[in-house]
Amino acid sequence: MPSYDVMPEVQLYQPTEVDDALNLAEKFRQQGWLLGGGQDTYGWLKDRAKNPTALIDLNDIEAFKGIKATSTGIEIGALTTLRDIIRNPLINDHFEILAKAAGRVASPQIRNVGTLGGNLIQDTRCWYYRRGLACYRAGGNLCYADSPEAMNREHALFNASRCVAVSPSDTATALVALNATMVIKNIDGDREMSAEDFFVGPDTHITQMTALEPGEILTGIKLSNEWSNARYYFEKIADRDVWDFALVSIALVIKEEANTVKDSRMVCGGVACTPYRLNKVEQYLKGNPLSEKIITNAAKIASQGAETLNYNHFKIPLMENLVKRALRS
Amino acid sequence: MNVNLTRRRFIKAVIASSAVASQTGCQLGSKDLHAKGSVERLISLDINGKKRRVDVLPQETLASTLRYKLGLTGTKIGCNRGECGACTVLIDGIPNYACSTLSHSVRKRQVQSIEGVANKDGTLHPIQEAFVEELSPQCGFCTPGQIMSAVALLNENPKPSREEARQALSGNICRCGAYDHYLNGVMRASGQSNE
Ligand SMILES: Cc1cc2nc3c(=O)[nH]c(=O)nc-3n(C[C@H](O)[C@H](O)[C@H](O)COP(=O)(O)OP(=O)(O)OC[C@H]3O[C@@H](n4cnc5c(N)ncnc54)[C@H](O)[C@@H]3O)c2cc1C
Ligand code: SF4
Ligand code: FES
Ligand code: FES
Repeated sequence: MPSYDVMPEVQLYQPTEVDDALNLAEKFRQQGWLLGGGQDTYGWLKDRAKNPTALIDLNDIEAFKGIKATSTGIEIGALTTLRDIIRNPLINDHFEILAKAAGRVASPQIRNVGTLGGNLIQDTRCWYYRRGLACYRAGGNLCYADSPEAMNREHALFNASRCVAVSPSDTATALVALNATMVIKNIDGDREMSAEDFFVGPDTHITQMTALEPGEILTGIKLSNEWSNARYYFEKIADRDVWDFALVSIALVIKEEANTVKDSRMVCGGVACTPYRLNKVEQYLKGNPLSEKIITNAAKIASQGAETLNYNHFKIPLMENLVKRALRS
Repeated sequence: MNVNLTRRRFIKAVIASSAVASQTGCQLGSKDLHAKGSVERLISLDINGKKRRVDVLPQETLASTLRYKLGLTGTKIGCNRGECGACTVLIDGIPNYACSTLSHSVRKRQVQSIEGVANKDGTLHPIQEAFVEELSPQCGFCTPGQIMSAVALLNENPKPSREEARQALSGNICRCGAYDHYLNGVMRASGQSNE
């Protein structure tokens, strides 16, 4: 498979008004490619693995940027850079877990331009797919990562359905933990949905990672005060501390009362095609004290149902240990 | 004969000659020069404090424009994928990968490349001097990028801790593994001892 060093021919639109962007998104639909920081985009184009007709650069639309307090929490424009999120006082004071997760994305230069929307909507890193092979996710009828010779050390433990790729986004785990709401627009209007529903697995939609339809733009992310200032834990395990994607990551927010767990949300990255919410662990913890025994049991419950591939067994103890660390923190 | 100089002259001569300029056009991936409805091609860029008029394809990256259109070959292309940092330039003072930036997106911004770091009279920036003193580079390929990241750091934080410097330079791979020597350079340039 050839690799090309240069960008292919493509049209570039740089709208400054929301309506113009929505019209362009509608006009080009699948042929258009929305552009945030472009850090997940240019590799696809340089490899000719995705071939859009037009790039629709959203960076000149001020309404899509910034972080502001609302009566119920905060709202973050989808085009806000990870750099701005990491440095923002509102986020650091109330939703620090998001700043921590954003701070573990890629490298400083990528965080300087990568947007929150782009980070959430980025496509999976399965290299067979990235290389442009016609696998299930690319509309074909086989999975190269789930075959006897496949290299699948990074692939999924849970909820695979033909495709065994994993969710790559570090901020997605934090936002599902925080029970964020996604704000989506198209030319006909707005809709909102929970972060948890926004990310879709291959059983629902094998060729896309999110519920976004052609012509739609993610415009904002709302965080409600429900989980502001809750105790949290975030950790990402990757081969290198810079650039590499999570092998497994964990995001936990937890509320305690009288030494027992009142409520919690726990989400793992790198183990399923979506941020993987540990519902059973959350239920088990409710009303229990965080004793060593409870923590050990919680870790076992976390990995229940894991289905390993040839090379990803190591993710099970990794995940269990992250659950323990998070709860002991 | 100075081999480096000859090589650099050769590249510049190649850029200047029109025959090869059209070849560069191919390299940048374009036959059809007009993409209807999308951006204007002839634009002004602010590079190292100078206004440069340049014909930029819609899909062109800043690394391509700097190197192949403007002859600013100090910005290196290592991976062309946002994975190494050799192409680091400052855009409005912030480090960016030029290989992963569209030239059209910097129209209203200030770009600083390695060529704009030393003073006009040729005296080196403190980071450059310190990198020389500390023998920071080995092969030198990653050096322009390391310098850009270090310059941005000191602009914002004149006395960084070694850990802060490590973070700031963490998006720049050094294939020779000279990381500690670069960090020594940052500490020296910021007037802090290395002990
Ligand atoms: C070398 C390298 C290492 C990386 N490491 C990590 C890592 O460790 N962790 C991690 O999480 N990510 C990583 N990434 C992935 C990613 O590039 C960055 O995380 C970045 O945040 C993506 O944001 P962007 O704005 O640049 O995305 P873009 O490339 O601009 O967009 C990504 C996708 O989202 C779509 N999109 C963007 N904005 C919107 C919107 N508002 N509405 C609808 N669709 C939209 C685009 O059409 C595109 O499909 C890495 C990337 C590279 C190249
Ligand atoms: S894991 Fe998914 S993306 Fe990767 S080869 Fe299989 S079907 Fe394609
Ligand atoms: S050439 Fe741009 S990051 Fe490697
Ligand atoms: S000095 Fe050789 S790559 Fe850094």
